Amino acid sequence: MAHTLDLESIVEAFSGKNVGMGVDEKALISTLGNSHKDHRKLFRKASKNFFVEDEQRAFEKCHDQFVKHLKLEFSRFNNAVVMWSMHPWERDARVVKKALKKGDECYSLIVEVACTRSSEDLLGARKAYHSLFDQSMEEDIASNIHGSRRKLLVGLVSAYRYEGNKVKDDSAKSDAKILAEAVASPGEKAIENDEVVRILSTRSKLHLQQLYKHFNQIKGSDLLAGVSDSSLLNDALLCLLKPSVYFSKILNASLNKDADKGTKKWLTRVFVTRADHSDEMKDIAEEYNQRYGETLAQNIQEKIRGNYRDFLLTLLSKSN
Amino acid sequence: MATLKVSSHVPSPSEDAEQLKSAFDGWGTNEDLIISILAHRSAEPRKLIRQTYHEACGEDLLKTLDKELTSDFERAILLWTLEPGERDALLANEATKRWTSSNQVLMEVACTRTSTQLLHARQAYHARYKKSIEEDVAHHTTGDFRKLLVSLVSSYRYEGDEVNMTLAKQEAKLIHEKIKDKHYSDEDVIRILSTRSKAQINATFNRYQDEHGEEILKSLEEGDEDDKFLGLLRSTIQCLTRPELYFVDVLRSAINKTGTDEGALTRIVTTRAEIDLKVIGEEYQRRNSIPLEKAITKDTRGDYEKMLVALLGEDDA
Repeated sequence: MAHTLDLESIVEAFSGKNVGMGVDEKALISTLGNSHKDHRKLFRKASKNFFVEDEQRAFEKCHDQFVKHLKLEFSRFNNAVVMWSMHPWERDARVVKKALKKGDECYSLIVEVACTRSSEDLLGARKAYHSLFDQSMEEDIASNIHGSRRKLLVGLVSAYRYEGNKVKDDSAKSDAKILAEAVASPGEKAIENDEVVRILSTRSKLHLQQLYKHFNQIKGSDLLAGVSDSSLLNDALLCLLKPSVYFSKILNASLNKDADKGTKKWLTRVFVTRADHSDEMKDIAEEYNQRYGETLAQNIQEKIRGNYRDFLLTLLSKSN
Repeated sequence: MATLKVSSHVPSPSEDAEQLKSAFDGWGTNEDLIISILAHRSAEPRKLIRQTYHEACGEDLLKTLDKELTSDFERAILLWTLEPGERDALLANEATKRWTSSNQVLMEVACTRTSTQLLHARQAYHARYKKSIEEDVAHHTTGDFRKLLVSLVSSYRYEGDEVNMTLAKQEAKLIHEKIKDKHYSDEDVIRILSTRSKAQINATFNRYQDEHGEEILKSLEEGDEDDKFLGLLRSTIQCLTRPELYFVDVLRSAINKTGTDEGALTRIVTTRAEIDLKVIGEEYQRRNSIPLEKAITKDTRGDYEKMLVALLGEDDA
């Protein structure tokens, strides 16, 4: 038996019960790959989280959870690369489709795609949707979502906003007044309000910036400070007005060690969909730094492993 | 099918621009010359002529036309010379203004264009009016009309032929239930009409007819005649399923009213000449026992009449 077994580093490489994501492929090759089969037996016996002793038949059986976990962690790099290679329109169309399938908790992804992309990019996603799924994005959303959220979501994905620099201040002011009254409504009542839907799904982003200023003056409170009971409304406002804040928040959530499986996937999505827009990525990184005290790069270095980490850092460095 | 007649040998845009310039020179305007050129060029050459004229004469052709021509004829030439997307944007914008407001025109533009054509209209709207079409429509309509019209102008329908028959059955049933209870502006009705592909909508209404023994449009006749929303809903369905019949209806009321509705007549002839005016003409004759061209010449005169006839492909040029 040539080398001693470095149990800890193998477990670390598998990103076992530690905080990280991804798999340290290099470490696995050098330690596990180089290991003698007796080493591996020791590893299996010692790793009660990964393997359970089948005493009757004298072998160490793999936990289902371990297999699942490994599959997920190994695939992070894979998924990131595949998503990165896709056309941005297809990426976004698939994100929306997946969010629809997953249901309620994922509707904020639809808001994200609809509100943070340019008019042409959102249109492109709708074109890709036709091509991929033989139906329009809005019909799929409209027929699968019912209740108060349908109007807003269909409205947001159907938008083809003016992107020039003309704004009518008095329009923005009167819209601000309407919004100021509406956001005070309890529960999801605010998004059932036709005027709210009209403002959020038809106005240009510049108009909304102007509205934002007026709102803060009228109400004396920040429109973006979670002003409504409806999380979808708050997300939409944040995405439309300060996307870098929105993205830095969800990145932070995804890097949290207690994040669930779904939340962790946000990391790939944000990086892959924003990295082509180097100005935006830069803003996101700066915002993240200001809010959370450490840089995005640092955080990734600490918490992510292997090829997945290197890929994310490469995407991040494109913006510098 | 289009009615536009273009000769096999078309002069270059600069030759055309020269000719047009001469049409404006001196006293009065040579409207015949204008018609003989513009009414016999398709969209791309018209665009080039406009550009070339601008370069040669330092003024937008449309501006010159505006100065030189009057009322109905001018309006016809103006609409005709604009690119289809700009034309639709102009019509839509007018339809949101107080004195010229028309829910019908908004619905017509939204429902009788292809997804791409509607998209061009939306792009042209940004460029010309510095706003989006949906924000103007939303701002100038209310209640049920707003719900329907904003959804219709924002649609980007799938244009394939694939149809889901199970869905068609479900949605035919749903629509039947809603209109039975006179819930014409129900969310689901609007959702179906404004998001489904035209193929799917056709399948749904065919299914409706199979199940209930009558066409959807017949079922909707039972409503209150004064219900304007119901009227708009019927026209919407007609535009999505049988647009040529919709246009025949509009033409018939435009021409046979005491006093012609030139606005509607001009709009339909100029917007459909390159699309399906031939089919519309055939349907018109079938239903009114008189050729469309004859009906038009009976009711109009002068250069306006000549222009319309030229666009119908019936002049001798």
